[in-house]
Amino acid sequence: MTARRPPTAYWTGFAVILALLTIAPLVLPEFWRRFVTEILIWGLLAMSSDILIGYTGMVSFGHSVFFGLGIYGAAAALLSVRPPNLWLALLYGLTGAGLAAVFVAYFSTRLRDIYFAITTLVFSQIFYVIIFTWTAVTGGENGLTFAQPLLSFPGLWAARFTPETLHWFVLAVVTLSYLLLRRITQSPFGMVLQAIRENEPRARAIGYAVERYKIVAVMLSGLFAGLAGILYAIQNKFAAPDFVFFLVSGEVVIFNVMGGMGTLVGPVAGAAFFLLLREGLSRYFTEYYLIPVGIIFTAMVIFMPQGLLGFAKRRLNQ
Amino acid sequence: MAFPFEQILIQTVNGLVNGMILALVASGLTLIFGIMDVVNFAHGDLVMLGGFTGAVTIATTGSFWLALLVAVLVIAVFGAALQVTTLRPLLGRDPLTTILATFGISLVLQKYALWQWGPSARRIQEPLTGQFQLFYLQYPWYRLLTAALSAAIIGGFWLFLRYGKYGIWIRATMQDRIMASAMGIPVPWVHTGVFAIGAGMAAASGVLFAPLGGVTQTMGLDFTLRAFIVVVVGGMGNLGGSIFAAIFISLLEAYASLIVSPAQAVIVSFVVLILTLLFRPTGLFVPTPK
Amino acid sequence: MLTLTEVHTYYGKSHILLGVSLEVRPGEVVGLLGRNGVGKSTTLRTIMGLVRPSGGHVRFEGREIAGTAPHRLAHLGIAWVPEDRRIFRLLSVMENLRTGLDRPGMTEARRRELLEKVYAHFPVLAERQTQAAGTLSGGEQQMLAIARAMMLEPKIILLDEPTEGLMPRMVSQISDIIALLHRDGVAILLVEQNVPLTLAVSDRVYIMEKGLVRHHATAVELRADHAVIHQYLGI
Repeated sequence: MTARRPPTAYWTGFAVILALLTIAPLVLPEFWRRFVTEILIWGLLAMSSDILIGYTGMVSFGHSVFFGLGIYGAAAALLSVRPPNLWLALLYGLTGAGLAAVFVAYFSTRLRDIYFAITTLVFSQIFYVIIFTWTAVTGGENGLTFAQPLLSFPGLWAARFTPETLHWFVLAVVTLSYLLLRRITQSPFGMVLQAIRENEPRARAIGYAVERYKIVAVMLSGLFAGLAGILYAIQNKFAAPDFVFFLVSGEVVIFNVMGGMGTLVGPVAGAAFFLLLREGLSRYFTEYYLIPVGIIFTAMVIFMPQGLLGFAKRRLNQ
Repeated sequence: MAFPFEQILIQTVNGLVNGMILALVASGLTLIFGIMDVVNFAHGDLVMLGGFTGAVTIATTGSFWLALLVAVLVIAVFGAALQVTTLRPLLGRDPLTTILATFGISLVLQKYALWQWGPSARRIQEPLTGQFQLFYLQYPWYRLLTAALSAAIIGGFWLFLRYGKYGIWIRATMQDRIMASAMGIPVPWVHTGVFAIGAGMAAASGVLFAPLGGVTQTMGLDFTLRAFIVVVVGGMGNLGGSIFAAIFISLLEAYASLIVSPAQAVIVSFVVLILTLLFRPTGLFVPTPK
Repeated sequence: MLTLTEVHTYYGKSHILLGVSLEVRPGEVVGLLGRNGVGKSTTLRTIMGLVRPSGGHVRFEGREIAGTAPHRLAHLGIAWVPEDRRIFRLLSVMENLRTGLDRPGMTEARRRELLEKVYAHFPVLAERQTQAAGTLSGGEQQMLAIARAMMLEPKIILLDEPTEGLMPRMVSQISDIIALLHRDGVAILLVEQNVPLTLAVSDRVYIMEKGLVRHHATAVELRADHAVIHQYLGI
């Protein structure tokens, strides 16, 4: 399988979208600006999940753990040091998510599909219970509030985030992550992951150390999910058990399926689609928006499993 | 740490009672998996719907027993309809697809219940009040009744499986669905039937549980999760195994709640799951394949 | 009665049947010979609806049955005895038989009659009625598989390598049973590796090679045609 040179159409499209996202904070009202930033963050989370679900074929309901540890890790950093330090937040958040990823990675090598999915679900619930009940450390039900860190480059310059710079920062991180993940999924490593998804016994028979690939996939997935959590903490200055509830993992899976698994951009589109649906439908259905969304999701699982962008995968296929 | 004997005794009986209700839920789940490889994420929500259906029936008729019957029948039919519309098209697809589909269904059912019945819990009156002497303690009759009824339902189902034409159909389909079909057994309908039975059993648990813990639209996840754990520990598709596992786990949780809060006692079952998956991944009673 | 016309079947990307045509008339015993892997079992599985052909026609008593669900075919009168027998190991012998016996329209009297008839052919099964089928010996399991098919009172039985792995004594028993079924007017499409047996019991024989029927003759003709037997079957 040789990597084909991506058509210029792809890069043009990419540039256009990037440009649009860059000027967004300058033209949109605050509410929508935040909305776009959130789509980016959830998009990153969805991408990280796609590595596991879409590329390696391991359905995981555990992303709420990585995401949550990213948030709480960042929170811990931002609460412990004055002035709150961006890089420390990144460090704590990624470490937390990384540790959880190691744990999950271990299980991924021992368990087949369904058992793995259930275990990640259980794991995310244990985590939720711990966060919820360990009030002393995590603030329990009420969560933690903290201040936003400064956008600082040690020794060079520091400044408060403005809504615009925050958006650009998030955009930069997400874009870089996307490019990096894209590079990885198109490399031989990424091809092996897909081989594992297609036919694991065969991949093993060919001689690939499937376990090692899975571990790396989980670690990658976990770290980027943690990164999304850190960004979320920075944007919202607030951590709560709600973000660790398994439903978050469930929603992430929804993004993946709706957008198109195994495409990286798909899940981002799925996140956007879902959030827009939620925004739109909750005007009419208030908190029951999940009923039509759930029905749409289930119908898509049955009739359109490739998701919105799945078909594009074959066209673009880089 | 020494605990007064009566506390341990009460927790033992509690564990057995809760175990039987959980066994009823888990039996349906393990059967559904065993026969059609479907991991029914929405199973706990069927318990919840059963509870609500029962609550509504009691509110209109005042009879607990009628409520139980109505809930079982209504949810069984609902389950059959659900299986035919959403799960049959998925036959032969990757089993993870069914997890996703049933997950979607679970979301819809939960929010539907929220919409229909509101966020607050419903309690229903137990049909049998009063307590009896357990050594020198008082223990509610109703709890024992729940355990007895659950056991009776499971037992009745076991008999149905053992004897009778449909029992043979179900057992044959479980062992070799293709050969069963080649023998003229209408496998798609056996699947629907088993799903309906599983749904009915879940609904019964919901009604039996309602006087003990109330019915709320979020209770589904908890039941689903615990039923999953039981099914994995007992061995997927292994009916006897899941009954034993349900009681085992419930007893452990009951004892654990002597030490920690009930919310945290739940972690015990999670730990059992993790240990089982580490050392005996296909269940305590099923030989490990590889 | 059963006609295959230019049937193509794929397993995934592998093109197994490249245009198989054959025919079984009512009451006939038709043999299907060929080396391992030429597609004999796939042919039976295609007929039985276990795999959908991608081209060609499969007709039974005039109607197109390609891709029809197996349980409907069983009711139409096609019974399948697969290569690995596939008896329900955890069910008793009797319960195995009941999977075919419990059909709509079977009165108590007819059930008893059918059971007696089958037990007369296979007394061993009568003895082991309540035993779990998985505890039977290989030969007994084969008997059970055939008996179970007979419970459907089929018009045609698709027999896939019934003598595989059996001792010579059992092989001749199988031969007797086929003769018996033939006498009762049941058609049989017999896939076999055992050439002498096939030539002895069949009316006509097809020989397959690489997914196609290459040769077709009556058993009488074929018995004398050593050249062909050697060419396609290597004997």
